[in-house]
Amino acid sequence: MKHAPSLALPALAILSVLALSGTARADQLTYHAADAPEATPVVYIGNFKPTMDQGTWLHGIFNELEGRYAPGGTDFRWDGEAWFGGDYNKIWLKSEGTLEKGRLSDGDHELLYTRSISSYWNLQGGVRMDLDDGPTRTWGAFGIQGLALYEFEFEATAYVSDRGRFATRVEGSYDFLLTNRLILQPQAEFNFYTKSDAARQAGAGLSDVDAGLRLRYELWRKFAPYVAVTYSGYLTQARRIARDRHDDTGSVRFSLGVRSWF
Amino acid sequence: MTFPSHIRGGLTRRRFVTGTGAGGLLAALPHTSHAFPSRPSSGASSGASSGIIPSHPSDRWDLKVGHTRISLDGKTMHAPTVGGTVPGPILRFRQGDTVNINVTNTLDEPTSIHWHGIRTPANMDGVPGLSFGGIAPGETFTYRFRLHQSGTYWYHSHSGMQEAMGLYGALVIDPSRPDPNACDRDYVIFLSEWTDVMPDDIVSNLKMQDDYYVFRQRTAASFPKEAREAGSAGAALANRLTWSRMRMAATDIADVSGAIYTYTLNGHAPDMNWSGLFRPGERVRLRFINGSSMTFFDVRIPGLEMLVVQADGNDIEPVPIDEFRIGVAETYDVIVQPKDERAYAIFAQSEDRTGYARGTLAPREGMIAPLPPMDPRPVRTMVDMGMGNMKPGKSMKGTKMNGDMAGMDMHGMDMSHMAMPRMEVDDPGPPPLNVENQMRAMMPIDRTGSPGDGLENNGRRVLNYKQLRATRPGADPRPPTREIILHLTGNMERYIWGMNGRKFSESGPIRLKLGERVRITLINDTMMEHPIHLHGLWSELENGQGDYRPYKHTVISQPGSKLSYLVTADTPGMWAYHCHLLYHMHLGMFRTVIVA
Repeated sequence: MKHAPSLALPALAILSVLALSGTARADQLTYHAADAPEATPVVYIGNFKPTMDQGTWLHGIFNELEGRYAPGGTDFRWDGEAWFGGDYNKIWLKSEGTLEKGRLSDGDHELLYTRSISSYWNLQGGVRMDLDDGPTRTWGAFGIQGLALYEFEFEATAYVSDRGRFATRVEGSYDFLLTNRLILQPQAEFNFYTKSDAARQAGAGLSDVDAGLRLRYELWRKFAPYVAVTYSGYLTQARRIARDRHDDTGSVRFSLGVRSWF
Repeated sequence: MTFPSHIRGGLTRRRFVTGTGAGGLLAALPHTSHAFPSRPSSGASSGASSGIIPSHPSDRWDLKVGHTRISLDGKTMHAPTVGGTVPGPILRFRQGDTVNINVTNTLDEPTSIHWHGIRTPANMDGVPGLSFGGIAPGETFTYRFRLHQSGTYWYHSHSGMQEAMGLYGALVIDPSRPDPNACDRDYVIFLSEWTDVMPDDIVSNLKMQDDYYVFRQRTAASFPKEAREAGSAGAALANRLTWSRMRMAATDIADVSGAIYTYTLNGHAPDMNWSGLFRPGERVRLRFINGSSMTFFDVRIPGLEMLVVQADGNDIEPVPIDEFRIGVAETYDVIVQPKDERAYAIFAQSEDRTGYARGTLAPREGMIAPLPPMDPRPVRTMVDMGMGNMKPGKSMKGTKMNGDMAGMDMHGMDMSHMAMPRMEVDDPGPPPLNVENQMRAMMPIDRTGSPGDGLENNGRRVLNYKQLRATRPGADPRPPTREIILHLTGNMERYIWGMNGRKFSESGPIRLKLGERVRITLINDTMMEHPIHLHGLWSELENGQGDYRPYKHTVISQPGSKLSYLVTADTPGMWAYHCHLLYHMHLGMFRTVIVA
């Protein structure tokens, strides 16, 4: 997991290679496609479209919907996203949060426009609201999301707040198929901030990490209960802030949950 | 096909796919009352599910399209049907006749019937938007066209997803001259699939997760076996990493699998065991039609040699084989001659080996033949990735096969290239790697000599495209004046399909001049087979048979392959041109061909 922050660089490298390969053939002007788009589109009888390749779809998933057991009280956490749109343009909604002793923390909700830019990558831009029992913060968000080499799910988002602060989130996961239905998924999320925000437990630099090793069983594709070992904790300056407040600086928990989608 | 009706009758009384029973039967009568076969005590049985062809051809048919509640293998669907059965009635015509087919739509949505492989005027081809405006609810449309051809074909809806839900059936045209392949018995074997999952839901699931229906992936549990097969754990791991690095799965054989499909033979689920009767020594003609939406079948009849005599409705020089692969929308007529007084299984396993359609040929009703075990599921290789012959550990036989192909090329395709040095070429260049395309076949090879993934070197004689040789030379001896190169492309991850890196809605039409002779070259840059169907015009496969190249309406392009066929654009109009895997078509692997 220590390597995770450096993942953004390979991802960017991939993007630029893809962009180059897309433009390389423009030099060769002798090519002509028999099915090249024409200035005036074909008029179909009764305007019937023979395919549905411009369809839109609606999907949503709870990647995490779990109870994290601890002797002092079980936390409840969710992390989900939903999207609507077609092949190129989508609207995404992301939401995550942790309910801890009746108090909602780490509430992060984002509304993003998503644009497909290559075979496996999407650009995302929009707003993020830190909305929970702590003070509310609003951010502008811009990032990439997609499937990296070796089928590694990856998301990196940069944020700028209404108070001129910057933050970054990097998230990744991988599915190891033990069998076709029993799947082990390591997952990690890291948050970085340029300035500390003690009211929200955010420290400058690498602030917090939320990671899990989840073993799910896909009873149906769309419904998979899991057991997990999760870790949630503060790092560097944020850790000192938490320690000064005698808060929990980080703990490994045994967790039970359900991954489901529609 | 002139055997007495008492032999034909009483074939199967077991349950089959029917909803309204006799009512449905009435909805699909040929117009002239004498034309329908008498069917003593066959109950609700219709020709469709018995596989029995009507005893006489008719030039007038009344078909009713309506909703029918159908249950099969515990899966119930309110399906659009022709005449209340799935498949719909077998239509029998005579070559040379001008036929009138009245199609009445009792659905609450528009419908259409496309006559697959039949050369009709463009306005009779039945594709909404291209041929006509479709058949509105409550309306009757009369298809009227002259049949210039003969053979085994089929029909299906071209509206929305109706075809995937059951709107299809067989179509048989008697030749005007004596049939060289006439047999004592003649059955239609209509292969398809049945599910209670709505097609729109299937597409939605595939959009969310492209391997939604694949439960045969390589896993930790299957690793020891792979390591044994690869020779070492290191080699198996390296292979896995190669695939995973490309973000693809070597186990991606079929997008939709037996996880939801029940594979059917003449509308019968495997446990219903459709049976066709024979007397030992009789020659039995089996007209195989793959009317499924997404499934390739590998067909064999253990214990019987099959003589392939027709492909896509056109007679070919007989080829004796043990097994053949039939792509979606293809047809093959085979002749078998069972000599023993025993039952033989017709075994049609899906390419991904997640299930099979099954029937029985037997001297008496109620007999059951033992079924062979299913073969191992194929695993894609570097050949499928378009890496040509760089596949490590390629077998001697495979190498030799490619050597033969090189020889063929010298005498076949390349000669005509030489004859027409100034031929115009529409070459789109290597397809872009973009949102809609994830792969580029670097070294596509001729795979017409291969029976297909999972069938090579299986110890049986399996049909390949090179073996198809027409019984008469092609009708148009002109060499092509233009070559159109098309790349079949797609992005499995996003579940987008297309040609030249573009889906349908982002592409223009392919324009052919009336009377033009063109060569279409397909390069498959995906790792799946695509059965490419050109409406209205023949696809003359350049398989090394020279002037005797086979005329096809649907051509399988194997992954990582390059093949070509000749087309004479002799019928004006707008024609559909598409992959016949229904969800590939609907998600973009479709073009409009305009002949003018």
